[in-house]
Amino acid sequence: MDIIYTIWLRNMIRYMRSKSRIIGSISMPLFFLLFLGFGLNSVVNIPRLGENYIQFLIPGMVAMSVLFTSVFSGIQIIWDKQFGFLKETLVAPVTRLEIMLGQTFGGATTAVIQGIMIMVISLFVGLKVQSVLGFLIALGFMVLIGISFTAFGIAIASRMEDMTGFQLIMNFVIFPIFGLSGALFPISSLPSWLSPVTMFDPLTYGVEGIRYGLTGTSQISPIMSLLVIGGFACAMTVIGTFLFRKISI
Amino acid sequence: MTTAIVVQDLTKKFNELVAVNHISFEIQQGEIFGFLGPNGAGKTTTLSMLATMQQPTSGFATVQGKDIEKDQDGVRKAIGIVFQDQSLDEELTAAENMDFHGRLYRIPPEIRKQRIDELLRLVELHERKNDIVKTFSGGMRRRLEIARGLLHHPSVLFLDEPTLGLDPQTRNHLWQYIATLSKEKNISIILTTHYMEEADRLCDRIAIIDHGTIIALDTPDNLKNGIGGDIITITTPEFEKASKILTEPWINRLEIYNDEVRISLQNAEQHISEIITILNKHQITITSVSIHKPTLEDVFLSYTGKKIREEESDKKEMMRRHLRMRRH
Ligand SMILES: Nc1ncnc2c1ncn2[C@@H]1O[C@H](COP(=O)(O)OP(=O)(O)OP(=O)(O)O)[C@@H](O)[C@H]1O
Ligand SMILES: [Mg+2]
Repeated sequence: MDIIYTIWLRNMIRYMRSKSRIIGSISMPLFFLLFLGFGLNSVVNIPRLGENYIQFLIPGMVAMSVLFTSVFSGIQIIWDKQFGFLKETLVAPVTRLEIMLGQTFGGATTAVIQGIMIMVISLFVGLKVQSVLGFLIALGFMVLIGISFTAFGIAIASRMEDMTGFQLIMNFVIFPIFGLSGALFPISSLPSWLSPVTMFDPLTYGVEGIRYGLTGTSQISPIMSLLVIGGFACAMTVIGTFLFRKISI
Repeated sequence: MTTAIVVQDLTKKFNELVAVNHISFEIQQGEIFGFLGPNGAGKTTTLSMLATMQQPTSGFATVQGKDIEKDQDGVRKAIGIVFQDQSLDEELTAAENMDFHGRLYRIPPEIRKQRIDELLRLVELHERKNDIVKTFSGGMRRRLEIARGLLHHPSVLFLDEPTLGLDPQTRNHLWQYIATLSKEKNISIILTTHYMEEADRLCDRIAIIDHGTIIALDTPDNLKNGIGGDIITITTPEFEKASKILTEPWINRLEIYNDEVRISLQNAEQHISEIITILNKHQITITSVSIHKPTLEDVFLSYTGKKIREEESDKKEMMRRHLRMRRH
């Protein structure tokens, strides 16, 4: 535990120091929220989920913020590899599992903090948290998304030599995962041939879970969401650990 | 004396390339042992294997009795290592880098704090302890890394090119410190270098390594004495001819290196005029003559027929470190 904490702590210290990263990664979901939210609020009418598009969008933007921050945190292992710091950790008498878990929890924590920032900002544009329980449910789903995608980032980073492949992963994996997740529009509004695809997107369940927590309504039952995103988090952690064990420097 | 490291037939191949080729040696506890060799000789690869960072292709080695393949954790607990390339977290302060290390090695908080202070004083970074490493010079980073490597009191310390890129003053300082350390704390120190002077001044024994093979292993004095006494270097355009003429019985060895004729002999001072007379008699133009006591460079030259390039490779090496640090 103390080793996991140590790795986590380092992540936190670095996070607190990187003001530009903090601002940078809340700006995108924030702009989405403002432009899409206000721009489409009067145009879009979502059946069964109330008239308010901003209300619908907020959970999606919280999820987006968590998603991007966590993938990025995981991929940061590549910096450690390039700057040589990874060697310092790998040569210590600690297991790779401990390093991997510390890194995962560190990444997930920063991602959740970023998500909470979006949530707080959302309070000013119309978010009304239903109850403490609802908030905690949303938080739980954010943690699961954070763990899943930090582990995903670590898995990718373990196989990559440098950052050149990062843009590729972003464009062909992360953006589709985000776009198909129902963060921007209700999954039921998709054409029938596309909607099954969203069901294979793990983030769909994360977004739905947060939405249930924050607004009290969702298209997928929260239990179902919990099972899928929880299972995905476990699977990614196992895969990430497996690949990280084989990392070579 | 106890044995700290045993290495038998250790070999590492990268595909076709044999980086380390069946090397064997033993290192005693408290000894300062140096690997001297040119770029690409296999020094870092050897250290990486002993530090469990790379798996040997074949062969066997133990560190403090722990098998480097079967008991990696045991080896890791016993060793400290300063890598050739930088391995600090630049976003953290000096103290935080130390603290991270201390926690990884599970040093209890009070002892950790006390040792961090002690070591940072020792490498004269105490005033800068709360500064972010990004603002440190190359030499300061190196000193910090060495301090960090000592934090958990390893009984075996690996230093891969510890003084590379340091100014002479800092280098001297570090040499003294390394020597004191091994003496007072009885730590075995294994260092790699391509500085002759460093190997000579510091090491109890030196392994000269080239193309993955140990070509000589002994104390610096024995190595130097082993090549046949003093060295007279004669530069001449007619080096071929000169080398054929000089056949006096007191000449122990004669080698041609570029346009130099290098003669090893005892009591060079007494024979120098004789040599010049012989060469004059055969009307051989002499560009320059010099006499010197043998150095490790001469030892290396006599074993491999080439020099360990110093200045030049140094610059390249610094560039490499730099690029590695900057590369994104
Ligand atoms: N990961 C690797 N993959 C392929 N070849 C490698 C790898 N690491 C080292 N080598 C090769 O093995 C040989 C020995 O390299 P090594 O780094 O051990 O040399 P060195 O003696 O430390 O040299 P230097 O003085 O430049 O640090 C070199 O030819 C190098 O190219
Ligand atoms: Mg090296």
